[in-house]
Amino acid sequence: MRNILILGGGTAGTMTANKLRKALPSSQWSITVVDADDAHHYQPGFIFTPFGTYQPDEVTRSRRKFLNKNIPLVYGTIDKVHPDSQRVLLLDGRELSYDMLIIATGVIPRPDQTPGMLEGEWRKSIHEFYTYEGSIALAEKLKSWPGGKLVINIVDMPIKCPVAPLEFAFLSDAFFANKGMRDKVNITYVTPLPGAFTKPLAAQAFGNTLEEKGITVEPDFMLERVDPEAKMLVSYDEREIPFDLLVSIPLNMGAEYVARSGLGNELNLVPVDKFTQISKAHDTIFALGDANDIPASKAGSVAHFEVDIFIDNFLLHIAGKEMTHKFDGHANCFIETGHKKAMLIDFNYDVEPLTGKYPYRIGPLSLLKQTRMNHIGKLAFRWTYWNILMPGHSMPVPVLMSMSGKVKE
Amino acid sequence: MPTTTISGREVSVDDEGFMTEYDQWDETLAASLAAAIEIEMTDEHWRVIHFLRDDFKVQGETPTIRRITNTGGFDTKQMFVLFPKKPAKKMAYIAGLPKPHGCV
Repeated sequence: MRNILILGGGTAGTMTANKLRKALPSSQWSITVVDADDAHHYQPGFIFTPFGTYQPDEVTRSRRKFLNKNIPLVYGTIDKVHPDSQRVLLLDGRELSYDMLIIATGVIPRPDQTPGMLEGEWRKSIHEFYTYEGSIALAEKLKSWPGGKLVINIVDMPIKCPVAPLEFAFLSDAFFANKGMRDKVNITYVTPLPGAFTKPLAAQAFGNTLEEKGITVEPDFMLERVDPEAKMLVSYDEREIPFDLLVSIPLNMGAEYVARSGLGNELNLVPVDKFTQISKAHDTIFALGDANDIPASKAGSVAHFEVDIFIDNFLLHIAGKEMTHKFDGHANCFIETGHKKAMLIDFNYDVEPLTGKYPYRIGPLSLLKQTRMNHIGKLAFRWTYWNILMPGHSMPVPVLMSMSGKVKE
Repeated sequence: MPTTTISGREVSVDDEGFMTEYDQWDETLAASLAAAIEIEMTDEHWRVIHFLRDDFKVQGETPTIRRITNTGGFDTKQMFVLFPKKPAKKMAYIAGLPKPHGCV
């Protein structure tokens, strides 16, 4: 009996565990998942929670319930991985051995990495929406906020769901307009990027949408510290941006045990081959989803496409064969733009987001355009996530990015 | 791939003028590239540029500012003094490396 250990029972870990369980005979391989608790959050829902669209209980399910019943779920906090002796140590002293290890513990926001962020104003005038607690606290704040300077700031890239800060800006505009107080709110989008997004066509489309909505963009802003007393963002080149309400996207980092185990880069992300996600240092370790360092979006859609390719490669790898399938960095993201409309982007390592139809040439979704249909697609995705993706069923869309339906300039 | 002439030599560059051939680079070229974006190279500038070149050789990609400061031991604030406004982009340009992908 050989043994696969999956660290993390979130989006990537759950899909991987369920798909591997179907692909491998239980008589030869055991599969075990480790996570600290039983709360599996539907993270795309966190963008809606602050505006009261989703209630907290709508974004949380049991991890256990979404794992195949033949997959043990061990509750525990990971202390360290010993790659040479192929063991994982938990904080309470328990030890788990593995033949193959899959790291899927993602990234977490780290407000502690920015001086001043946690000092005094945290969860008062400084908020975030990337955690369950944070999105709920921000919902409370927005209910009674009288208006003023709303500043949305990305501390540094890469971040989980890189379009979410834009969505937050668009949805804020609509939220305050609906409350009849848009004129009392000044929205500024402060980013370390040279524009609204990384890729040229999308950056322009999103930039135009921000402008339409009267949202000011402050580009190339590398945050050095937050001054909680003066309520000010201060950049490394000494630019200052005052705020009444700061919605921060703190630095995203991989889990600390990754660093303690000597498996991470400067952001605790596991360096992997970008096509197969095998660790560059150990051929018994893979890292999937947000936990790795591939140059793709940190997003559930990427994890989903990546896991599909990974399964085929993994089966080859454990049979001692060369991995011949190549993940292309395929990402597919809805961007809520407010007033029941959304945009959609579909891209990979080599092809930037283009305009056109999705999937294939027929749609019904439109790329890089604000439509009602895209919004319906986004809302329907919550059902798809729990009922199709997590159990490891197939989606009727291409795994590798397809040019079908896309318009080439 | 387009080419351009810098200091009387033909070098390969991308659409934005970033050099694409690691081995075509030398300090004379770098000084011209720096001058083109109004940066006068000092010993401190060179130390950073050489760190970028060495790191790229091992890692295969242009280091981020975070990596330059964490691994190279340089001070972030000083990077903004040496290479004002867009240090990551300017350092890569002078070091003859690909533009850092701002990550997606």
